[in-house]
Amino acid sequence: MIATKKENFLLKLRGSGTIIRYILGILAGGYLLWRLYRVFIVQSAFGLETWTRLLIAGLVIGSVYALIAIGYTLVYGVLFMINFAHGEVMMLGSFAGFFVLEATRAMEVNGPGGVATSFSNAYPGLAILLAFVAGMSFSALVGFYLEKIAYRPLRKAPRLIPLISAIGASFALQNAALLLFSPQTRTYQNPDILTRGQGWRLMINDSAVILPYTGVFTMVLSIILMVGLILLVKRTRLGKSMRAVAMDKDTAALMGIDVNKTISNTFIISGILAGSAGVMWGLHNGLLHYFVGFLPGIKAFTAAVLGGIGNIPGAMLGGMVLGLLEALGPAALDISFQLKDVIAFVIMIVILIFKPSGLLGEVLSEEKV
Amino acid sequence: MLNVSNLHVHYGAIHALKGVSFNLEEGEIVALIGSNGAGKSTLLKTISGLLEATEGEVSYQDEIISGQPAQDIVSKGVIHIPEGRKIFPKMTVVENLEMGAFLLRDRRLVAERMEAMFERFPVLRDRKKQLGGTLSGGEQQMLTMARGLMTNPKLMLLDEPSMGLAPVLVEKVFDIIEEINEQGTSILLVEQNAQMALSIADRAYVLETGRITLSGDALDLMENPLVIEAYLGG
Repeated sequence: MIATKKENFLLKLRGSGTIIRYILGILAGGYLLWRLYRVFIVQSAFGLETWTRLLIAGLVIGSVYALIAIGYTLVYGVLFMINFAHGEVMMLGSFAGFFVLEATRAMEVNGPGGVATSFSNAYPGLAILLAFVAGMSFSALVGFYLEKIAYRPLRKAPRLIPLISAIGASFALQNAALLLFSPQTRTYQNPDILTRGQGWRLMINDSAVILPYTGVFTMVLSIILMVGLILLVKRTRLGKSMRAVAMDKDTAALMGIDVNKTISNTFIISGILAGSAGVMWGLHNGLLHYFVGFLPGIKAFTAAVLGGIGNIPGAMLGGMVLGLLEALGPAALDISFQLKDVIAFVIMIVILIFKPSGLLGEVLSEEKV
Repeated sequence: MLNVSNLHVHYGAIHALKGVSFNLEEGEIVALIGSNGAGKSTLLKTISGLLEATEGEVSYQDEIISGQPAQDIVSKGVIHIPEGRKIFPKMTVVENLEMGAFLLRDRRLVAERMEAMFERFPVLRDRKKQLGGTLSGGEQQMLTMARGLMTNPKLMLLDEPSMGLAPVLVEKVFDIIEEINEQGTSILLVEQNAQMALSIADRAYVLETGRITLSGDALDLMENPLVIEAYLGG
């Protein structure tokens, strides 16, 4: 009798929760529609050229988010934990790339015609390649040791514990960077052919829209990396062992797969992607300091949740969608541009309330939860 | 071939195996029977390296394998087919078989073995491109066995192959086990279905709450009144 009363009460509570959710959903949806109506129909405030600019910015930032988000999703796949230090892995990669570019910028060589010039301008392709190699390998190294030191000893602990360790590792890495590199903000030294702000000029409605070289470079390179990752996961031995470990660690071990090595490899691959994202971010945005990994890290986590955590195409889609919403959202809703971060986090809350499994995610099985 | 001596295993505070000793000779089918919670699966997991023994040792072909990681034990030709049909649900049948051959680097050999598996388990050929999770229980059992056979193991540890299968399928699974044995693979069979297990085994051990309480030829055990009462339904 008591049990049924309690059950009834719980059912009612759950019912009212659904109603509240619907009401909230209708209110929020109505507000959004009203804002969109005002901006697009009543005011038609912005022309096509503005929208194109925002679209370009959104695609560029979205591809960076996508690369970082893949790291969250891969690690979640094998360990069922959120690697909150992943943004810091990206920041450290960005520093490694920065130092390479600075060194190549400072190095004097004889350019064509015997004119003294800097190495990074004489051989810009090589300088950029070196920066990426440095950024990717340093981030890979950081990811590898991060797992070994902060997560592996806690493998059998309850799931909250490695999460706390991840937050601790995030602070530790941030402060290590603060100590090593000082709090000053640095400017990325791009080779002249990739100067920030320069690009192809598109004429739309008689005004120039710049399609920046760094932006196109970022998008193209991240697409190449993502295709490479998908091939790696689908086709190679390494990728297959990662998928097997993600599905069932014990059974994977019974197939002869070294589970620890596979988990290390997952962190290395996540690190490579985060490091390349860090160098791209530096080349495109230009600013670098010890805190630069925090926001992209949290945003990419949001993107991974948006796409469905644990799902690789989901992370890519989530990153692009988040980048676009962030770039187009403030203008479309006629709110201050500074509110773009709010948009990202509101999206995260909405996803967690209405569709926790994300856009492409599946319902987690009991075993995984 | 396999020698287990005085094996103790703890799950936290629970003392799951309390000094288990037994052996298995090359070519044999040895059955381990016992009720739920007797420690049968624990024993297999300890042999295959998924669990660590607190005391005692396991040796295989005169080499101590207890304490070695699971993937090293697999590479010696000891295949553990876990309970509950642990296929990879989101991989296709072909991919599952490829996982079974993870240690084989020779692609042609893998293709050859896979073809042999399709001959032996024709139902898998029909389901080739299907995801493992969408197969029926019997098909999944066939798939786990085929996956285990991909490396041509010398010793197979089989955990409850009959669990949750219809009687017709149980017979079929046991026929296949006998066939595998005839082709030279030794088999350690853990079963709750004592009747079936004893009917194909050469020797058997009875495991009760972490200890071996009876052992002997399978045929003798089938007539042992204690076994009849406890496991063969009196």
